[in-house]
Amino acid sequence: MAKELRTLTVEDIRALEIGAAILGTGGGGNPYIGRLRTEQLLKAGRTLSVLPLEALDDDDLVAGVGGIGAPVVGIEKIERGDECLQAMRAVERATGRQAAAVISCEIGGANSMEPMITGAQAGLPVVDGDGMGRAFPELQMCTFFIYGLKPAPAAIADEKDNSVVFTGTQDMFWLERLSRATAVDMGATAGYALPPMRGEFVRRVAVPGTVTQAIDLGYAVLLARRKKRNPVEAILKACDGVLLFEGKIVDVNRRLARGFAVGRATLHGLGADAGATLAIDLQNENLIAIRDGTPIATVPDLICMVDLESGQPITTEVLRYGLRVAVLGLPCHPLLSAPEALAVIGPRAFGYDLEYRPLRGSRG
Amino acid sequence: MLRIGIDVGGTNTDAVVMDGTRVVEWVKMNNSADITAGITAALHQLLRQAGVEATQIGAVMIGTTQFTNAVVQRRDLAPVAALRLCLPAAQSLPPMVDWPEDLREAVGNCWFLAHGGYEFDGREIAPLDEAELRGIAGQIRDRGIDAVAISAVFSPINREMEQRAADILGNELPGAQITLSEEIGRVGLLERENAAILNACLRPLGARVVDAFTRALAGAGIEAPLYLTQNDGTLMAADYAKRFPVLTFASGPTNSMRGAAFLSGLQEALVVDIGGTTTDVGALHHGFPREAGAAIEVGGVRTNFRMPDVLSIGLGGGSLVQDGATLTVGPQSVGYKLVEEGLVFGGQTLTATDVAVAAGMAEIGDAEKVRELDASLVTRTLAAISSMVEVACDRMLLTPEPVPVLVVGGGSILVGDKIGVLSATRPPYFPVANAVGAAIAQISGEIDRVYALAELPREQALADAKRQATERAVEAGAVADSVEIVEVEEVPLAYLPSNATRIRVKAVGDLARG
Repeated sequence: MAKELRTLTVEDIRALEIGAAILGTGGGGNPYIGRLRTEQLLKAGRTLSVLPLEALDDDDLVAGVGGIGAPVVGIEKIERGDECLQAMRAVERATGRQAAAVISCEIGGANSMEPMITGAQAGLPVVDGDGMGRAFPELQMCTFFIYGLKPAPAAIADEKDNSVVFTGTQDMFWLERLSRATAVDMGATAGYALPPMRGEFVRRVAVPGTVTQAIDLGYAVLLARRKKRNPVEAILKACDGVLLFEGKIVDVNRRLARGFAVGRATLHGLGADAGATLAIDLQNENLIAIRDGTPIATVPDLICMVDLESGQPITTEVLRYGLRVAVLGLPCHPLLSAPEALAVIGPRAFGYDLEYRPLRGSRG
Repeated sequence: MLRIGIDVGGTNTDAVVMDGTRVVEWVKMNNSADITAGITAALHQLLRQAGVEATQIGAVMIGTTQFTNAVVQRRDLAPVAALRLCLPAAQSLPPMVDWPEDLREAVGNCWFLAHGGYEFDGREIAPLDEAELRGIAGQIRDRGIDAVAISAVFSPINREMEQRAADILGNELPGAQITLSEEIGRVGLLERENAAILNACLRPLGARVVDAFTRALAGAGIEAPLYLTQNDGTLMAADYAKRFPVLTFASGPTNSMRGAAFLSGLQEALVVDIGGTTTDVGALHHGFPREAGAAIEVGGVRTNFRMPDVLSIGLGGGSLVQDGATLTVGPQSVGYKLVEEGLVFGGQTLTATDVAVAAGMAEIGDAEKVRELDASLVTRTLAAISSMVEVACDRMLLTPEPVPVLVVGGGSILVGDKIGVLSATRPPYFPVANAVGAAIAQISGEIDRVYALAELPREQALADAKRQATERAVEAGAVADSVEIVEVEEVPLAYLPSNATRIRVKAVGDLARG
């Protein structure tokens, strides 16, 4: 597989930081700390390579890894650095089989970086794809589980050499619940590794090409800034997205429910959208966009907000009155909109009495 | 009590003398190479103009950009030993990891990681290891470093470990100047640690600058206590400023905004400070500048300590007006060369000031030289300027309710009495609003901690935070009876049990009369 590998540079990682935050659709945590950690590994001479999804052999074992905890803790208690690697090693010991590649379960936000770090440390390539194509609040919401990955054995590890292997869990919801509780006990910054997946399975169920997509989106923003071009247009050119709305945030109503930041942002239109109102319902991520009372985009399609002038992704935490933003809609991959996926990540799974209506991309 | 407020800027030193709430007299003087002599000269002239004796002055407040400039220009910075209590966590990113290379080298790039730090719920990540810290102290001594910055994971929820480490290092390194991160920053390890390291490297300069200010006062015969203004618009006593020079960052825009608030009597307003090249727009809330929520870079270093939320746009008195396919004003500016290059000064460059003069909004230079300017150009330029300021103001508003706009600074002639739907006014003494802001500054104390509300009821947690903020204000020099709580912010933390909530409280009080 070596000839198909693409080696990533520090610049690529900086682009990934921005693109992953765009795909975070408001959530997923800030990739800043992860970007710095990845850069440290590159500076120390480690190699970071990305493998196209289709280059996986049927019998290659792929480890899904990521961080689990609370984003606000992550900015204070920074990782020892090898939490995910230790979790992956724990799964390898439990199964007696070694991973040949790693993959992100969640390309949106901070967990875009963890597989990069683990891959660089273990000398394994990172698969160009992920389990969400965006960010979601919980583990069971990734395509790997939706399409049948058995939830055990999975592992979670911390910086104190504690690792916990879940050798049996009833289903992916129990894995999420138990690993979340363990992560909190570990101090809310832990690394997890999912059960090993066969290459054939990953090729079929991973959202393809999302590492490259995130890097391309990031470069579009960086280049537009450098050339003083419109970054929103640049983002749209770099993806199959549509401009849903341009407006100013006039109200942010946010509260905490079941451990999530839940609320609604209201925007008044600018330019071509003057006179119209857009409401965005959020639960950590932006889930539903409603224009003048009519839903125009729903989860699992991506609803991304970026600063109108800088193209900087706007996360749920920094939403505030007065921000001028472009709201972009990116159609989700068909893997996310199939009936079995919508049961887990469709509007109804998030408590909305609403059917999923696919967003039409600029090319679709 | 008469008070003197001074703003020591890059090119000018502004000074005002105030009697209670009244501005008695003001001066604006060019800086000289010798800062001490320059301030002394300004003070002499100010006292003479005001007809006031030096002995009548009760306090002197100085706002200065010298520490910001030292970092930006990488000069006068002391070598620092940075110690982080975190192991086994946080070793993936060393201290100063995201600093510009030249600045990291300028402070010696010396750091140590040791066991310690806290979890979000207050548990220890690892116990403090005294032997380990004594070993580190030995290495610091061997390298001849006197400035130390200590950080610990989650020190904002418990200061004890940083304090104990400081005691251990202090015993081993008599004479070392130790900065604790929890004294300066808030949650966010790298940013708080950065602020602590910057503070440590500025302390020797802090001592020299404060001593120079003290001598300048003595030179003018003033024996009143000296204060420096902080980035949040409040004061610190001279001795405190020597320990925390980093807290003066961004005090310039803060002082203008506070001065504008005071001179206008408004507590809730936007302040537009128009200079020669840029315009700073900030928001006043309860009479104080609203603070920025996100990380702010100083000299290329991310910090998260108290900074005003200021939006800068490329518009000023010297902004170039270019009428191509579309008409643009700025961001290019002739800057300080306005008096040579602007049309009204006989130059060849069309600037925003020229248009304002042509429109009859200002009397600067020779109005005859812009009499032939195209009327449509003038109208369109003023519309463009107005639109730029309006958009900037709109971005700084936090609610849809209109608030008044206060315009200060030398370039304030560029705007009329309306900014969009908002009404704009120029308060009296608007050219020296910054020095006035320094003169009227109060004393503050702040606390930013995470409380587990499942264990400690919310009312008790709030009371505890308010008590600690008040204690900090009094410690910094406020009259205990006058201290008021001006800001309370509660942020519930996602994903965490026990209702973990971050509570931030700021207390402000009147300056004790020295």
